[in-house]
Amino acid sequence: MDNESQYSGYSYKSSHSRSSRKHRDRRDRHRSKSRDSSSRGDKSVTIQTPGEPLLDAESTRGDDRDDNWGETTTVVTGTSEHSISNEDLTRVTKDLEESTPLECKRFVGPALGGCLSFFALVTPLAFLILPQVLWRDALEPCGTPCEGLYVSLAFKLLVLLISSWALFLRPPRATLPRFFVFRCLLMVLVFLFVASYWLFYGVRVLEPRERDYRGIVEYAASLVDALLFIQYLALVLLEVRHLQPAFCLKVVRSTDGASKFYNVGHLSIQRAAVWVLDRYYNDFPVYNPALLNLPKSILSKKMTGFKVYSLDENTTNNSTGQSRAMIAAAARRRDNSHNEYYYEEAEMDRRVRKRKARLVVAVEEAFTHIKRLHEDEVASSPKHPREVMDPREAAQAIFAPMARAMQKYLRTTRQQAFHSMESILTHLQFCITHNMTPKAFLERYLTPGPTMQYQQQNGRGRQWTLVSEEPVTSALRQGLVFSLRRLDFSLVVTVTPLPFLRLGEEFIDPKSHKFVMRLQSETSV
Amino acid sequence: MAFIPGQPVTAVVQRIEIQKLRQGDNLILGFSIGGGIDQDPGQNPFSEDKTDKGIYVTRITPGGPADAAGLMMGDKIMQVNGWDMTMVTHDQARRTLTKKKEDVVRLLVTRKSLEEAVKQSMSYPRQ
Repeated sequence: MDNESQYSGYSYKSSHSRSSRKHRDRRDRHRSKSRDSSSRGDKSVTIQTPGEPLLDAESTRGDDRDDNWGETTTVVTGTSEHSISNEDLTRVTKDLEESTPLECKRFVGPALGGCLSFFALVTPLAFLILPQVLWRDALEPCGTPCEGLYVSLAFKLLVLLISSWALFLRPPRATLPRFFVFRCLLMVLVFLFVASYWLFYGVRVLEPRERDYRGIVEYAASLVDALLFIQYLALVLLEVRHLQPAFCLKVVRSTDGASKFYNVGHLSIQRAAVWVLDRYYNDFPVYNPALLNLPKSILSKKMTGFKVYSLDENTTNNSTGQSRAMIAAAARRRDNSHNEYYYEEAEMDRRVRKRKARLVVAVEEAFTHIKRLHEDEVASSPKHPREVMDPREAAQAIFAPMARAMQKYLRTTRQQAFHSMESILTHLQFCITHNMTPKAFLERYLTPGPTMQYQQQNGRGRQWTLVSEEPVTSALRQGLVFSLRRLDFSLVVTVTPLPFLRLGEEFIDPKSHKFVMRLQSETSV
Repeated sequence: MAFIPGQPVTAVVQRIEIQKLRQGDNLILGFSIGGGIDQDPGQNPFSEDKTDKGIYVTRITPGGPADAAGLMMGDKIMQVNGWDMTMVTHDQARRTLTKKKEDVVRLLVTRKSLEEAVKQSMSYPRQ
């Protein structure tokens, strides 16, 4: 059967088809990652039978590796010289992300829009100034009405300027895979509009050297009016239309099933994807790959079992038959792994709680060692010279007693990858500066926070891939499913429309609330 | 048969013993009760004092065990097997009467005619 798979838990070279895997250069780590494969957006998933090495040389899963795999694999990945550890892998992926070059593509759209709007704003002024400059003497003087028009023109331009600054002069938050239809539409509209005004201006005013200055001023004023209306259109299309909720999106993370529901308005798929990602960083607990797996003691029981030998003369390499037979046999066998899973979970819970208790006590005690020095206590008696510390030193001073408890707790909850000692010290310093209690200090470690909490501020941004069967500029509608893929997990988004609500009315007279005892009931005995 | 809160209730009662009749899976007594502290006392046709929330006999099956024992319609049940019935909910009364483990209920009932009979007999001086 033409299927092979990679269970790409950590494989940062997540390619999807067999041919590209063969051509991959195994030692090249700094290739710009998976740009071409992700733009294809195909969704082939391949399943591999245990005959071939499941985990190739680079994509190891570190300390969760199951040694019982040695039964049927031909390559034991643990001893390969190409293997790298889990921490190295995360470090490498981080480096890779930071070294992606700053894309100029990000700024093309805003730059174009900026030029166009500058051009549009300068045009009325140009209309007014050009006659003055070119044929000033021949112009008819224009009295009070012109002055009124000047003032209104000035104020309208000011309003246009301020509202453009407020609405459109913002750094773009995302680059979309396809054109943003509404924005393109508006830019084309503005361009055509201004171009046609220039055309008429050139033909009617510049050529014959029109002398009626008031007409020219009115012409410029009408341009500014129309620009204001286009800006109104832009406001409605880009900002207002999607505010009224129309669809409910269910977002599920593929690796651990964390899910959320969001209400959005009418958006195209790509804009909805950006919207969802904005909220993903705030609402979803951070993805922790170490928490995903069943303990190997439970899973391994399923694998050791029996081997299937095919005694046929003509071995047709019936691997589906083989695997099906194995699965069926495993299912029939009396299986106690749920029992072990339950006890393992209970044990894990107990362990976490114990460590947590120790951590809380250690932190509380540590915090009692320091106190804030108030201004009036500075000139304290020379009998007790106190060493005055700044927050950093204070943090370092009290970190030592709690370090061990903290480290053990982080290891038990598998969060040690997210918090380095430096970050813990910085956080401690922050908490001390702001007079926080030990509980407030620990809030960050006791619950896995949203992904936003763990982001390093880099200007390069995060790479997500939008995988969808429909063109991404089409509007959301019922039953649409698209997914947002990252290296090691993806978010699957399902769209359902919000139900139509029929609201009825019932009037209750406040005087109608009356009560009586219940009727005499009669029971036969 | 009004009662004054805080004062003991006195009444002339008749002791009636009813043997329950077995009908299939149930033990029946052959009468219906009404009243109780959770019911509306104003709707009780048998009580003199319309604030009386006691348990009254509202119907008797003719030929049933209660009829044979001498229970009459309109009787107020004061006690059942020693359990008080003057301050119980309707459901509690029902449950007390229909306990499956008891074959016999001994009721203390009172009615207007009893009072009058006693008064009359007391007004005639004994010879």
